This record gives sequence, C-alpha cells and structure tokens, in this order.
Amino acid sequence: MPEQPAIAATGLRKTYGSGARAVEVLRGVDLTVPPGTVHALLGPNGAGKTTAVRILATLTTADAGTAQVAGHDVRTERTAVRRAISLTGQFAAVDERQTGAENLRMMARLARHSRASARDRAHHLLERFELSHAADRLVATYSGGMRRRLDLAASLVGDPDVIFLDEPTTGLDPRSRRELWSVVRELAVQGTTVFLTTQYLEEADRLADRIGVLHTGRLVAEGTAQSLKSTVADHRLDLVLHDRADYLRLTPHAVHHAPDTLTLGIPTDGTARHVRALLDELDPDGTAVERFSLHTATLDDVFLALTGTPTPRPEPKEAAAHVR
Amino acid sequence: MSADALTLTGRSIRLSRRNIDALITAIALPVILLLVFVYFFGGAINTGTEYVTYVVPGVLLLCAGFGSANTAMAVTEDLKGGIIDRFRSMDIGGTAILTGHVLASTARNLAATSLVFALAFAIGFRPGASAAGWFAALGILIAYILAISWLAAAVGLIAKSPEAAGGFSFFVSFLPYPSPAFVPTDTMPSWLQGFAEHQPVAPVITSLRGLLLGESIGHTAWVALAWCAGIATVSILIAAALFSRRTD
Repeated sequence: MPEQPAIAATGLRKTYGSGARAVEVLRGVDLTVPPGTVHALLGPNGAGKTTAVRILATLTTADAGTAQVAGHDVRTERTAVRRAISLTGQFAAVDERQTGAENLRMMARLARHSRASARDRAHHLLERFELSHAADRLVATYSGGMRRRLDLAASLVGDPDVIFLDEPTTGLDPRSRRELWSVVRELAVQGTTVFLTTQYLEEADRLADRIGVLHTGRLVAEGTAQSLKSTVADHRLDLVLHDRADYLRLTPHAVHHAPDTLTLGIPTDGTARHVRALLDELDPDGTAVERFSLHTATLDDVFLALTGTPTPRPEPKEAAAHVR
Repeated sequence: MSADALTLTGRSIRLSRRNIDALITAIALPVILLLVFVYFFGGAINTGTEYVTYVVPGVLLLCAGFGSANTAMAVTEDLKGGIIDRFRSMDIGGTAILTGHVLASTARNLAATSLVFALAFAIGFRPGASAAGWFAALGILIAYILAISWLAAAVGLIAKSPEAAGGFSFFVSFLPYPSPAFVPTDTMPSWLQGFAEHQPVAPVITSLRGLLLGESIGHTAWVALAWCAGIATVSILIAAALFSRRTD
C-alpha cells in the first residue's frame, strides 16, 4: 500500500469579498506532500500563501476543492485535523505579558496535558530551543529571534504530525534566521512534516525537499530546487550595458535587474552558440553591451522567470526587492 | 465549565495583573470614585440616608463599567495578534476564549468590588442587610458584571483597535448616571425620569441598594436579573456570530 500523503489538496479555490470587489486569492491549487518531508510554498506578498495555509490548517474554508491533512478532511473532520497539526502564523502567537515558561505551560495545558506533564513539557521545550535562561522573563523582553523560537516551541507542545509555518523568518535578522532554519531541519529529521511559506528563495532552497511556486493564486511550478532551476535555464548571462537607454530597451528580456549598475541577467543554456546568438540578437550593433559574465542560475532567476510580469520593470525598488 | 476556559481565564488574569497602567486604574478608580462622590458631591445630595450608604451600589456599577472596557480591549488585542489562530488550530473554540476573558473580567471586577466595600466600611457605610440579603446582592452584582463583560467581549470583536474598544467604556460607564445610582430620580427633569427609572441599570441599582439596606424590594430583583440575562444572551449570540466572522 502506498504511503498516505501528509497533505493532499486538489483544486483549492478561495475568493474574498464579492461583486466588483471580489479578489480571487486561490485559483485552483493542487498539493501533495509526503510525510516527513519539508514542503515550501514560495511566492511574493499577495500570492495566496497565507490563505492556502489557513485552509489546510482548518482556519478558513475553501470555496471549492478538497484537502486532507494527516489523512483527515479539513472540512468534515476539523477536530481530527486540528489534533494532528500545529500552526505558527506570521504574527507571533505568544503573550508578551507572560513569561516564556508560562506561555508554554498554558499551551501544553490547552493541548490536554496534565499540570505536571505541562510543566515538564515546557521545561524540555525551553531547553531544546535554548530559552532556558529566559524561561522566567516576560516575552516582552525577548529579542525577535527568541520570540520566534518560543512561538515555534509553543507549536510543538502537542507533538503535531504536520507543522504549518507561515513565513517563519520574515523580519528576522540573518543570524536568527539561520537558527530557525536549523530548528526546522531538525524537525524534519525527526519525521515531522513541515509545510512552510516563504518569500525568500534562499530559505526554500535551504530547507525544502520540494518547492511550489505560487503566483497570483496559481502554482506556476513545482519540484525540487534543482529541478526548478533546470526547468527555466541552467545559466544566466549578466550584461553590463552602456547606458540607461540600452538598459530600458533590453529590460523586458531579463530575469534579473540591477539598475544601479546597468546590469541585466538573461536566461541561457550556457552554450557558446546560444550566448553568441543572444548577444547578436540583443546587441546587433555591438554598442549596447560593455561587459558580460555567465552564472549558474539561482532560484531567484527561476522565480522571476516564472512569476515576473511581462512588462518591463523600470522601478529599481521593486526589482531590488525581488532579487534580494 | 471546560478546562480550556479555566486555563484561559488564568491567562487573562495573569495578563491583566501585568498590565500596569490598567492595574493602577483598576485600583485607583474605585477609591477615587467613592471618595469623590461621598465627600465632593455627597454633602449636597439629600437621599434620606447616609450618602455613602446610598451611593455604594452606583460606584460598584461605575467600576464594573470601566472594568468591562479592559475586557473589550483584551479581546481586540487578541484578535490583532496571532494567538487566536493558534488557539483555533489547537481546536480551542471561541466559546472557551471568550469565556476566559469574561471570567477574568468577573474576577477583576469582584476584586474592585471588595475594594469598594472595604473602603466604604472604613468611611461609614453601614448596611443593614441579612446574610441572605448580602448573598442576593452579590448574586445580582455578579449577574450584572457577567452581562456587561459579555457585552464588552462582543464590542471587543466589533472594534478594529483596542483604543476603539476602550471608547466603549464611555457609554457603559455613563449609563449609571441617568439612574437612581447617585441622586434620587425625582430630582431629575420629568422627561428624563422615565428613562432613568426604567433603563437596565435602574433595577440593578434599586435592588442592590434595597438588599444591602435590608429593605423590601418587591420584584425589582427579578427585573434586574431579567435585564442582565437579556443583555448577556444577546451579547453571547452576537459575540458567537462575530467571532466566526472575524476569524474566518
């Protein structure tokens, strides 16, 4: 018998609002996540990531489509699903005016632990997340990274089979982000299924066994980081252009934009034949391109190639945000 | 009562104990209100009894009104953060969450009530109630506190910000003024008397005062309880509907 997926969803749709104001947030999303794996849903703000998580975590209902989490239907077996999952949302779900230990004890009590076992559980989790020294301090005094760790610890009190992490590292400094990554990896090693959303390509690349790229409510690509990279182009040709006019003229061809240095990245398979043809096509007079360099494609390139709008993006800010 | 609701009551009580601003207000307000009414206004108001004895029920209700504002704010604050989603994903429903807030609110208000009684005794409050009278008075007071706490919880679900939820205190705290809480209604203009004598706070005040003084109050206590039950029921229904809408 094939192993039952930890998460299986077909045709998820969700629209918020109605009439002229209606916003279709999810437009038919299919997902399959094998147990014990880390699945990342990658997408920019407004792609529908949070809505997808909320549907799978039974917090909101889909307008259409079905989903099973840990073998239970999210619509008809809410309680069973909720017993098997935990959710860590974008906003820290811990109380600032309780200590770390109090927060965890409370969550453990709510997860049906006895008083003694709740105290035990809190103690172990604080230790595991390196928060023992701050156990009796109010969370208000915690750093952002400590707060996220506590938040994650709180989501583990009930030993969930499936953990949902909605943008777990948004707003964290690089060090705290790396700390959180190691925690997530550890969870996966222990056999917990992790479903996380992120705007950071690096995060998906580092953590996830499989990545789904969500864009305006649709999955535009799915696969391992490696396979995603190879679906688009193996390499990227970076062109440093002569002037701004050339930059703007060629920008629709690019998947990578660095307006400050007048640099555009163009996808290519990396062969001499293709690179030569590209240069001839983009710069027939041989005046626009000053220098070039060839890189192996990153997930950024994949992401931009898959989700980038066809229109040129003269806004340096937006380009910078996507390229990181 | 579910164990979850009790766990969450403990949470709310801990949170409000550590909200220093609210705590200072909660302690200072009953004291100041009682002293202001007895010593500033009391001398000028003729009620036929010692004014402190007359005014204690009114001060209790005023405090309950201000206290409920904290409840509304606490509910709004919960909605703003991620904790409600966490609770819901743990299969803790709105009932347990809101009941936790309401019970904590009741506990806070009973603490304020004890403070008012202690101070009132110290400055000359001499009720003539029997044990049964005390018991009944406390019962009505708790019913009133529960009713406006549920109302506050519903308001907390409507409000977009804790500040807006706090604005609710103005309305509820104002209600005891046009009532027999502080001055006899027959001193009010006649157009106001009808409202003052029949609004929900009036029977609560009248029966509390009657019970504490050991006077016969007829069926007023039942009118008071009916108002409380009505307000609580409507608020609970509204809160339940709002909770599922705000958290979907």
